[in-house]
Amino acid sequence: MNPQKVESTTVDNFKRPSQTKEIWRRFSKSKGAVIGFVLFSIIAIMLLAADFIVPYEAAIKQDFTQQLAAPSREHFFGTDGYGRDAFARLLHGGRTSLSIALLATFSSAVLGSALGAISGYFGGKVDSFIMRSLDIFMSVPDILFTMAVVYALGANFTNLLFALTLAYFTNYVRLVRSQVLNLAEQDYVEAARAGGSGSTRIILSHIIPNAVGVIIVNTTLNVAKIILYESTLSFLGLGMPPPQPEWGLMLSEAREFMRTAPWLMFFPSAAIVITAASINLMGDGLRDALDPHLKS
Amino acid sequence: MAHTEIQNILEIRDLKVIYKTDLEVVEAVNGLDLTIGKGKTLGLVGETGAGKTTTALSILKLLPSITGRILQGEIYFDGEDILKKSEHDMQSVRGNRISMVFQDPMTSLNPVLTVGDQIAEAVQLHNPDMSKEQINERVAATLNMVGIMPSRSGDYPHQFSGGMKQRVVIAMALSCEPELLIADEPTTALDVTIQAQVLTMIRELRDRLGTSMLMITHDLGIVAQTCDDVAVMYSGIIIEAGTAEDIFLGDKHHPYTVGLFNSIPNLDIKSDRLNPITGLMPDPTNLPKGCVFAPRCNHQMEICLEARPGVFEEGTHKIRCYLFSEAAGNSKAGVDLNAE
Ligand SMILES: Nc1ncnc2c1ncn2[C@@H]1O[C@H](COP(=O)(O)OP(=O)(O)OP(=O)(O)O)[C@@H](O)[C@H]1O
Ligand SMILES: [Mg+2]
Repeated sequence: MNPQKVESTTVDNFKRPSQTKEIWRRFSKSKGAVIGFVLFSIIAIMLLAADFIVPYEAAIKQDFTQQLAAPSREHFFGTDGYGRDAFARLLHGGRTSLSIALLATFSSAVLGSALGAISGYFGGKVDSFIMRSLDIFMSVPDILFTMAVVYALGANFTNLLFALTLAYFTNYVRLVRSQVLNLAEQDYVEAARAGGSGSTRIILSHIIPNAVGVIIVNTTLNVAKIILYESTLSFLGLGMPPPQPEWGLMLSEAREFMRTAPWLMFFPSAAIVITAASINLMGDGLRDALDPHLKS
Repeated sequence: MAHTEIQNILEIRDLKVIYKTDLEVVEAVNGLDLTIGKGKTLGLVGETGAGKTTTALSILKLLPSITGRILQGEIYFDGEDILKKSEHDMQSVRGNRISMVFQDPMTSLNPVLTVGDQIAEAVQLHNPDMSKEQINERVAATLNMVGIMPSRSGDYPHQFSGGMKQRVVIAMALSCEPELLIADEPTTALDVTIQAQVLTMIRELRDRLGTSMLMITHDLGIVAQTCDDVAVMYSGIIIEAGTAEDIFLGDKHHPYTVGLFNSIPNLDIKSDRLNPITGLMPDPTNLPKGCVFAPRCNHQMEICLEARPGVFEEGTHKIRCYLFSEAAGNSKAGVDLNAE
């Protein structure tokens, strides 16, 4: 087209710095983030290696000579009302609880954010349709809805995941929509459109990255909430089928023995708190690492 | 018609654009005609609310989808009617063949993406076959071109000054070597010394790349420095157009243009005050039936209030005013301001 090409001023060996590396560098500089990351890694490794630490057998084998034993060298965290080893149950139960919680958090975040982004970005009829459907959906209380789903489909891992996703995606829709409503008005979105970007690209590479801080904070808070929600379901008999261990189930079973064997309640609670805290610390660190204004 | 052999990169005929809300209809552009020759720069001048940005957005088909509507007209870009193109086709025109630089560099860059990534995205979008190395090279070259060290490509927009941001924005706009660059008041948000630098750079790059340009501004100084042709816009209508010479040196002018020149400070003539045009632009939701400038015009005649004036032509110079067109007969609306 034109002889004076832009290429005529090429610079050799020029590399654009990778943004991912930069984010990781900032993440690893934050103390809280590192503590959270280490804690979470320890928990994750222990849960993944549960079979090598204590056999699954110990988590479900009932021993009526050993009911409600206090923590000892044989049973680190004592035994429950059926004489099952609480430590084994905590490790093996953690696998189920945490994987459901993480997966449900992830899928509800993705589903909710996608709907919220579409709703906020396109506005008009699409927005009305999504938001009105959501209103109807939310007029049924979460717990009732989840119960209905689990009851109708049966209590297993997949159905529980499905039910929890449906119970939790709604707050992401509202949250992300309100963010996107504001972000879509920004000049750089208009500029991206003027540069030839289509809607999908604009949402994914311009809008979501600006909303990601809020999404992350909400997501990390939700992991703990979902673990506790599982316990509500277990309490109602709609959690994972017994004798499979699960943190929520352990908590609800421990209620009965709160006076006589408080450790039964203490250890699962501590596990939930530590896990949740480590995830929150990581989330905060990640949010800060993603915020370029805090770049040092 | 003129577009059998294409000399004009852009030709707008009788464009009408409205913004329609539940409450009112804003008539932003009202039968606008505009021509930009290949390789030429047209200055579009007018006060705030004249419809300059609306015109620019119409060229890219980027009017707000819910309220903005093009009622009539044609926009020929390189001989093809833009208004007949699909959204998909427009996406490969935008940023590739027609680019736009917005007014405020502070907000037209994405705060969470590095400057390098943003330029790379613009390049990659229209050159999907380019390898990563080629894209990197282009990013570096583009940054070099606007006088920013490529080593800064990993920085975020907030680490740049306003002038540098506008350079980055211009770099992005030029990264695909567009045939037409629309610059919507590209220096208004910058302070004066930076304005001059950025303007000089725009001029140099335009000349080097041979880009045609639509320079939107309300600053006649900028027009004098950068433009080959000038169109003066008022209430969505071009009331006077011609070469820069016609406008700056010609002896016949639309009363609005005269007012525009009188309202800028003149260093040669000692005067205590500026002479702004009195009154306001007509309410775009309720435009007068006659000449849109008549309510503010010193030379107002009866006919001015009755029907829109036609075009008076003298060579390249065109004026829409009854002062020059004796017979009201040729005042029918729709007379082509750019008819050859
Ligand atoms: N989205 C919109 N909805 C309704 N009216 C609008 C919208 N955008 C612009 N307008 C109106 O259309 C008219 C033309 O606006 P436009 O932005 O094109 O003016 P402009 O010449 O670019 O002004 P400025 O110099 O201030 O940028 C104005 O009356 C404005 O109020
Ligand atoms: Mg404008």
